[in-house]
Amino acid sequence: MRLQLTEIRIAGFGGQGVILSAIVLGKAASIFQGAFATMTQNFGPEARGGACSAQLVLSDSPILYPYVTHPDIMVIMSQEAYVRFAPELKDGGIMIIEQDLVRVSSDLSKEIQVYSVPATRIAEELGKRMVLNSVMVGFFTAVTKLLDADAVRKAVADSVPSSFREVNLKAFEKGLEYGIAALTNAPISADAELETQYSPE
Amino acid sequence: MKADPKGVLTGIHFMDGDHACCEGALAAGSRFASGYPITPSTEVVERFAARVPTVGGAFIQMEDELAASITLQGAVWAGAKAFTVTSGPGFSLMMEHIGYAAMTETPCVFVDVQRGGPSTGLPTLPAQADMMQARWGSHGDYEIIALCPNSPQECFDLTITAFNLAEEYRVPVMFMMDECVGHMTEKVVIPPAEQIEVVPRRHTKKSVEDYLPYGTNGDLVPEMAHAGDGYNFHVTGLTHDERGYPDMTLPTQDKLVRRLQNKILNAVDRITMTEEEQIDGADVVVISYGITSRVAQRAIEAARKKGLRVGKLRLITAWPFPEKKIRELAAKVKAFVVPELNLGQMVREVERAAAGQAKTFAVSHAGGGVHNPEDILKVIVEASRCRTV
Repeated sequence: MRLQLTEIRIAGFGGQGVILSAIVLGKAASIFQGAFATMTQNFGPEARGGACSAQLVLSDSPILYPYVTHPDIMVIMSQEAYVRFAPELKDGGIMIIEQDLVRVSSDLSKEIQVYSVPATRIAEELGKRMVLNSVMVGFFTAVTKLLDADAVRKAVADSVPSSFREVNLKAFEKGLEYGIAALTNAPISADAELETQYSPE
Repeated sequence: MKADPKGVLTGIHFMDGDHACCEGALAAGSRFASGYPITPSTEVVERFAARVPTVGGAFIQMEDELAASITLQGAVWAGAKAFTVTSGPGFSLMMEHIGYAAMTETPCVFVDVQRGGPSTGLPTLPAQADMMQARWGSHGDYEIIALCPNSPQECFDLTITAFNLAEEYRVPVMFMMDECVGHMTEKVVIPPAEQIEVVPRRHTKKSVEDYLPYGTNGDLVPEMAHAGDGYNFHVTGLTHDERGYPDMTLPTQDKLVRRLQNKILNAVDRITMTEEEQIDGADVVVISYGITSRVAQRAIEAARKKGLRVGKLRLITAWPFPEKKIRELAAKVKAFVVPELNLGQMVREVERAAAGQAKTFAVSHAGGGVHNPEDILKVIVEASRCRTV
């Protein structure tokens, strides 16, 4: 699979698995797909609840500049992250949002494709809110078509503790399915009325 | 000698530079670290503290950097390969003991994951502003070796090199990372132990009667005694004779201090590592190191697209400085461009080595991020227009 230089920012708050999502995608590209990936991260002093963002650069040639300057893809998991980072996204870029936690503002460029997924809710249905990042990774894989699904699947399995492997893989598949459905414009089944507030533990 | 497989985490990993540095230390055979953890270097010893007990070693968290930087030297004299890890503020506190390691010829590694300074500065953000401190931070005349990795893979590979150089030359080696490289995650390939060369300690084969702790065999690097084998030795920061005993006379001082310098300076060509690209026929050569070398590469490629003849020289070894190489190059090129995350440190060395044969342009940055490649490009363009000196 050809992989052009792609800049990705993943942002949310600490505890949502922002960094782990970037690790999984980077690992999929650089270890299981034979391309190159560079991941850097920004975080506050808090372990949970603080603003948290990861920058991921993927390419099929070695990556020089390590940071994201004009992201092609953005994964946004909190409103704070939306406010801070949304203006950076390239026109023609892809924005993936946590449906229940992020509201897209009216001034967002019409050139940006927005895909939303209730990742936290799906994770809760699987019995483990913690795996919302694997749902996100699955959804990302489907809608961006950037990485080989099998490479990402392997990276998920390789990145989580063995006792949580199964539930993370399930979460990945759910996200992937949700993404494929989103691409075919199937009606999004999640109940938009249901206001699930994410409360950091 | 091949690496001990016990410490080698063979495989393909997606790992940050700090963790890769830790794995490099373990692969090199280090079984001891003492430290006073500080951002952005903490992850190195955090991982080491978890990993080293499983391979028969120890990590001690000390009360401060002074303690950390001398405890490791005790471990070295007891037979261990040892290191400590810090960042700017801690590095400042370690200077006295870096001088002690240089004077007592204690083979060891000081890892400095550079962050913005001075003082507490920018704990979580990168800089390359400790480069002169690494070279000159302790008092007196001495030489050290300093390496600058530019990727997590190099954090692994060059940490092994750092330990090997420390043993070969009995010198403290400064491992000059920066926050960006330390916190950057990329693919790191750790080869099987049998593919990793490790330099063993230079233990003497002489008898107890014939052994002189600071006697040399012509290569200027003395041999060490194996602790507990009955050899007499004395370790002091005072000026000492070949027996290691204090001898504060002019001839002893002259002989000792010149040897401490010459053991490194005479081996500059063997120690220094550089990476070169399109140097032949270049008008401008960009000299950089660490993370800045990757950012500069983007500018170099953009300049070449404009038709400029730009070469690259990356300093993998910053100290000893590859003076001869720069001087020879200065005779052939119009100018050097030196981007670095400080307000002008290694650029002075370049300027000094160029000795007026080629112009030298600094691209300074106060730290806290990396250069915008455009800023480097602008200076490359300006440098390529300058008239030959």
